[in-house]
Amino acid sequence: MNTSRLATLVVAAIAGALFAAGLVVSGMTQPAKVVGFLDVFGNWDPSLALVMAGAVAVHFVATRWILRRPAPVLEQRFRLPTVSHIDGRLLVGGALFGVGWGLAGYCPGPAVTAAATGNVVTLAFVAAMLAGMALHDGLRARAERGVLFKSRKRS
Amino acid sequence: MSETNLVSPIVGGAMIGTAATLLLLLTGRIAGISGIVAGLLNAREPDRAWRVAFVAGLFGMGAVLAALWPAGFAIEITRPLWLVLVAGLLVGFGSRLGNGCTSGHGVCGLSRLSPRSLAVTLTFITTGIIAATLTRLAGVGA
Repeated sequence: MNTSRLATLVVAAIAGALFAAGLVVSGMTQPAKVVGFLDVFGNWDPSLALVMAGAVAVHFVATRWILRRPAPVLEQRFRLPTVSHIDGRLLVGGALFGVGWGLAGYCPGPAVTAAATGNVVTLAFVAAMLAGMALHDGLRARAERGVLFKSRKRS
Repeated sequence: MSETNLVSPIVGGAMIGTAATLLLLLTGRIAGISGIVAGLLNAREPDRAWRVAFVAGLFGMGAVLAALWPAGFAIEITRPLWLVLVAGLLVGFGSRLGNGCTSGHGVCGLSRLSPRSLAVTLTFITTGIIAATLTRLAGVGA
């Protein structure tokens, strides 16, 4: 393993740890607090809106500056999402995600971080989340194979 | 931590933004948790090592803080288990179908002023509000 590849792994681990610390400090790892943020017509706790505000404030300014570089410090290129159109699939996915988030008060980052507590309910959530991801990716791979097969037959 | 504590969410949010910034500046990658985790599940994903390192950092810090400051996790989930499982399935499936979650769209995408991420973020906040409200009204696990 060369030096820059090793450095990438160290940076990824540090970024993951800092991300988790931020989630815990901000209150995102307390499901009841997250549900309280989403329950706007109940006993609303709007403070978690500041988490996204704080994160975007830092990352927005930094991103302007970082993306002026031809490449990141340790790698050859930036790996940014290339798709930009908004379609039904995207919005349905976001809608389903939001329902799950509002039901349990966990999104993926806080769930993985809180899984380290060993709490059975949190572990059950994470297991179901991983199953949901695998189900989607499995169905999509099947669908893509189907498309490839059909187009090959046509040509 | 009181409900009116506004400093912690801002500081925690800034830490999350700094973590995403470190990852983008040094490695050129997006701190989207659902995408990172899903890549670990895919045996054919060629770019796995950094994902393992990131998730190890996330989980490792979770373990450290769970020992030092258990109140930060306040797991008073009063929902019945079946609802937690349904929620987990929806979060997993939906984040993959929608190409991201609160971190990838809500933090990284919004910071790049991506219209796609704005659309998804508004969508999941809306349905999250609906789900949280209906759950309270239905009295499930209240």
